[in-house]
Amino acid sequence: MTNEQIRQAVLQIISVIAPDEELTHVKSDVPLRDQLELDSMDFLDIVMELRKRYSVEVPEADYGQLASLDSCVTYLAPKLKDK
Amino acid sequence: MAQDWLRDVKPAYDVIVIGSGLAGLTAANRLATCGYSVLLLEHHYNFGGMATWFKRKGGHIFDISLHGFPIGMVKTCRKYWTADIAESVVQLNGIRFDNPQFSFTTTFDKADFTDKLVNHFKIPVERVEEFFKFARSMNFYDDQKLTIRELFERYFPGRLDVWRLLMEPIAYANGSTLDDPAITFGIVFSNFMSKGVYTFQGGTDKLIMKMKATLKANKVDLRHHALVEKVLVEKGRVSGVLCNGRTIRAKAVLSNANLKSTIHKLVGDEHFDPDFLREAAAVRLNSSSCQVYMGIRKGESIPYVGDLFFTSTHPVFDSEALNAIDVTSRTYSFYYPDTRPGSDRYSIVCSTNANYEDWITLSEEDYKRAKETLIKGVVETLEKYLPGVSSKIDHLEASTPRTFEYYTRHVGGASFGTKFEGLKISQNLPKQMGGLFHAGSVGIIMSGWLGAINYGVIVANEVDKYLLRGASPSAEDVTAPAMSESGV
Repeated sequence: MTNEQIRQAVLQIISVIAPDEELTHVKSDVPLRDQLELDSMDFLDIVMELRKRYSVEVPEADYGQLASLDSCVTYLAPKLKDK
Repeated sequence: MAQDWLRDVKPAYDVIVIGSGLAGLTAANRLATCGYSVLLLEHHYNFGGMATWFKRKGGHIFDISLHGFPIGMVKTCRKYWTADIAESVVQLNGIRFDNPQFSFTTTFDKADFTDKLVNHFKIPVERVEEFFKFARSMNFYDDQKLTIRELFERYFPGRLDVWRLLMEPIAYANGSTLDDPAITFGIVFSNFMSKGVYTFQGGTDKLIMKMKATLKANKVDLRHHALVEKVLVEKGRVSGVLCNGRTIRAKAVLSNANLKSTIHKLVGDEHFDPDFLREAAAVRLNSSSCQVYMGIRKGESIPYVGDLFFTSTHPVFDSEALNAIDVTSRTYSFYYPDTRPGSDRYSIVCSTNANYEDWITLSEEDYKRAKETLIKGVVETLEKYLPGVSSKIDHLEASTPRTFEYYTRHVGGASFGTKFEGLKISQNLPKQMGGLFHAGSVGIIMSGWLGAINYGVIVANEVDKYLLRGASPSAEDVTAPAMSESGV
């Protein structure tokens, strides 16, 4: 997957988890929690969806890497490069 | 011939869930939607665990624990169940207090509590805001040495009236005491303060029916009257369960039974290492409860006097007095026809916290008498607020720690699971035994309807990881749950 595809994939997952959130203006370099009403259960859901859809495992210690769209892309890129 | 409640059950599943409390139901649903074959076994004839109800002659329906959870329930139901279930979550506006220290009605949210603390209790607004901010910022990783008592001392020294306002509802919600870690108060309290107290319109029966329908649609095999006697172990891993005398195999077993029964009864001490057992044995159970169910005769009505009513004649908040058999601190839940739209019926359920030991040691005769005394005290107190109500009641019944033990099979009739230290044991279970998981009320935080559902999701995530690894244990440390949003 390209970086842009990863970004879209994460946004797609968020749109399912938080259907009321307006995602078109989400800034890539700002923490998601500062822009959207996401709580720690939502992040667990994102992790579960990443595993279900792309067989990617994000250990608890790395949850912080999912803070913003940019950091998601950086963190997930090596894990998703062949998918 | 006795009915075979396990007819056509398959010989093996990916996951067996023991118990149908909200954590068990939710975990089963999550795992089924992940594509696993799931069998859910419940010993009782109803699903829901403590989220339950019962019917009595005269058209009465009584809910055990329907009133009230925080707003987080809407989102949680929508994400882990259905939009339809989430839409039935509605606010309760009338939370009322009457005790020797204060008497008023509140919406039990931050705005109204701030108003009460500033205008009624004369606390400086900056202090109130600091307190809310601190409570909101607490999370699992914080220092757990700070107790609730110390927290209150810090912000409201000597103000026992304020302590009572802050503490009494939470003590009823999860059994916590002033000596429990402050975090167990801070998280739960903050969850409520965000938007107030909510309930499920349609009643517990409607909620559980909808959940059952969802589980069936997701192909979970649901069985009631199915008592699990043993979790089966082979080579240090679970291999299935023994249920109603039959062996059913599974790669993973998720117990929604009480934590202590899971370890000591269902699995057995011989399968755990001594250090773990020692730590598990040290986990304290939470208190149990008594309830009195009052059914209003068909055709009669009662005026609106609030939804949840905390009443007491005890001079101050006192954890021990709250659990005593001669308790005067009670919560009344009023169920008006709105509870079940289309119905014209009223019922009232009075809850008190209770010590199991006080009730289990009574002779049959003393037990009967104690129940009568309990009912009498509850009705007499209610009569003060609703004169004439006793003549409108045509069904009266009490449950005690013995009743809770009988229906839930919880050790000590515990109605709020275990104390805080139980969480670590619950989470470390899979490290002790491959494929063994536990979800249920532990540590006060993971309790109540919202906490139980969220913990079910968290543990389902662990089960999913385990099964994807080919049911082999992980070297990775057991994760800390996404805790801050859980709870009652």
